[in-house]
Amino acid sequence: MTGISAVPPGLLLVLGALLLPLFGARLRAVLVLGLPLLTLALIWQVPDGVSLRVSFLEYELVPVTGDRLSRLFATIFAIMAFAGGLFALNRTRVVELVAALVSAGSAIGVTFAGDLVTLVIFWEILALASTVLVWSAMTDQSYRAGMRYLIMHLLGGVVLMAGVIGHVADTGSLTFTAMALDSPAHWLMLAGFLVNAGAPPLSAWLPDAYPEASPTGMVFLSAFTTKTAVYVLMRGFPGAEILIFIGLYMIFYGIVYALLENDMRRILAYSIVNQVGFMLCGIGIGTELSLNGAASHAFVHIIYKALLLMSAGSVLYMTGKRKCTELGGLFRSMPLTTICGIVGALSISAFPLTSGFISKSMISQAAADQTMAVAWFLLTAGSAGVFLHAGVKFPWFVFFQKDSGLRPPDPPLNMRLAMVFFAFLCIAIGIWPAALYAILPFPVDYVPYTRTHVVEMLQLLLFSGLAFFIMLPYMKRTLTITLDWDWFYRRLGPLAAGQLTQVLSRWHVQSRLGFLRHLGTLFGTLFLYHGPQGILARTWATGSMVLWVVILLGIYLVAYYY
Amino acid sequence: MKQHWLVRPSTIRLLWVVFMIILALTVLASLFTDMHAWFRLDGSFAFNAWYGFVTCIGMVLFAKVLGRLLHRKDSYYDRN
Repeated sequence: MTGISAVPPGLLLVLGALLLPLFGARLRAVLVLGLPLLTLALIWQVPDGVSLRVSFLEYELVPVTGDRLSRLFATIFAIMAFAGGLFALNRTRVVELVAALVSAGSAIGVTFAGDLVTLVIFWEILALASTVLVWSAMTDQSYRAGMRYLIMHLLGGVVLMAGVIGHVADTGSLTFTAMALDSPAHWLMLAGFLVNAGAPPLSAWLPDAYPEASPTGMVFLSAFTTKTAVYVLMRGFPGAEILIFIGLYMIFYGIVYALLENDMRRILAYSIVNQVGFMLCGIGIGTELSLNGAASHAFVHIIYKALLLMSAGSVLYMTGKRKCTELGGLFRSMPLTTICGIVGALSISAFPLTSGFISKSMISQAAADQTMAVAWFLLTAGSAGVFLHAGVKFPWFVFFQKDSGLRPPDPPLNMRLAMVFFAFLCIAIGIWPAALYAILPFPVDYVPYTRTHVVEMLQLLLFSGLAFFIMLPYMKRTLTITLDWDWFYRRLGPLAAGQLTQVLSRWHVQSRLGFLRHLGTLFGTLFLYHGPQGILARTWATGSMVLWVVILLGIYLVAYYY
Repeated sequence: MKQHWLVRPSTIRLLWVVFMIILALTVLASLFTDMHAWFRLDGSFAFNAWYGFVTCIGMVLFAKVLGRLLHRKDSYYDRN
């Protein structure tokens, strides 16, 4: 294939991003905003089917192949890169902008990857670029959190690579297509994908690393890694039942941990895991409706989660504080940030007239259609819980609650514009879902705005809100964190390694001492018999030698005679 | 210092009254809406209202209990 459609859109963004340091601030701003838009234009030039083949060793790679699902995810990644770039435009650290655009580009690269090698390459670039984004805060904590992040994702990458190699050995094909969980290789690939999705037991990397990034860095981080994982799971393992169970666990894990959390950005990090849980459920159910639900939910989630993190990022940027115990009452001096935060909070809660309302309910509806009673009841409880932990808790503790005495103004213009843009999209998609429905993977035969659905959702959410305010005394914020699975590798692992080192070194010292003692005895004995005065080494008189020879010869003679 | 109108006790009382009226209206609305059920329990009166309320209380209490077990000072990991 030739022409514009053969240019890999992801690669354009990755390579373009690397040019940013060469330009001054003005031209760089043009590139930061222009590159994602150019990429978006390229994304919509990618036709259905293979548009680029490359021979590599004895394999044929397919770096660009398009369909509705790829274009949907690539589109939202490009929009996210644009809005995130706008939000981060006043950052002076160029490396953060480069890492942000590289991670967006590599995520887009994954969505168009037609073969597993291309997929793994972009997958690893994404992990590296995200690590740099975690480091963007330039603090000691962010450095160490970034290292933990990197180790976890390299581990995930190795597991994925092992699965890919096994898959190629089994089938001889590099094509990335839907797979059944029928071989160890496919299980390994699933595990590798799930590490990036934030699935248990390795979900703690997300709330551990993301909140340590800079105010702008976390906005980018929230979008690409987990949603790339959602994309590959949707293409690779649609209908894999285990994803329903994993998803349900993630939904309630996210809610409960967010309820216990004091750091506003960590609340939102737990809520990413919660939202990805809904998407995994949709993928696991595996009907056209549920896959549409999961895909559209990923699309709108990127927008409202970025919006929530932009409002939290603005608060952090203007006050330098992230703990709920130190915040509160900011609505007085940050009205725009407050309103945008509330729009994001309502969208994530799937309030009518916001984007979450038109996407998430497709997943619950699919569970009902498949008569999955337990899943349906849990998904409904989960929807109520989202309002609890993200819909009310986040805005309440940050913008209302007590008066912290802080009076920071709204953030600079570019940050305000980015928030307004995404707040507008949240409401626009909520009011006019047809445009999003038109680009979903399957034809949409779903009407979100029925009287029943609106009344149901309002009841569910408003009564959750009532529960929140009734239970408010139980949710007093304290200066605490909640132990998670990462305790095993941050505490137990080092502790066990320390203990083992002690035991080993004690054993080493003792065995060495014992060895030396034995060696000493050996040398002593040798010295006794072979030393200058030793019985075997001292000089003998010639007469006694002759005597011994005579005796020996005598014995010999006697022995011979008989 | 003059209190912001939104945090005056009178405003907060008014907000609660309005909130209660809206809650009552959403429950009343289920009388005039065809609330079809897919399973048995979700056909009960104002299912979403009481289910949302009860599950949320449950989640908060569960979180409270879990917090007892798993809460640590936020400087817990700083020591090394």
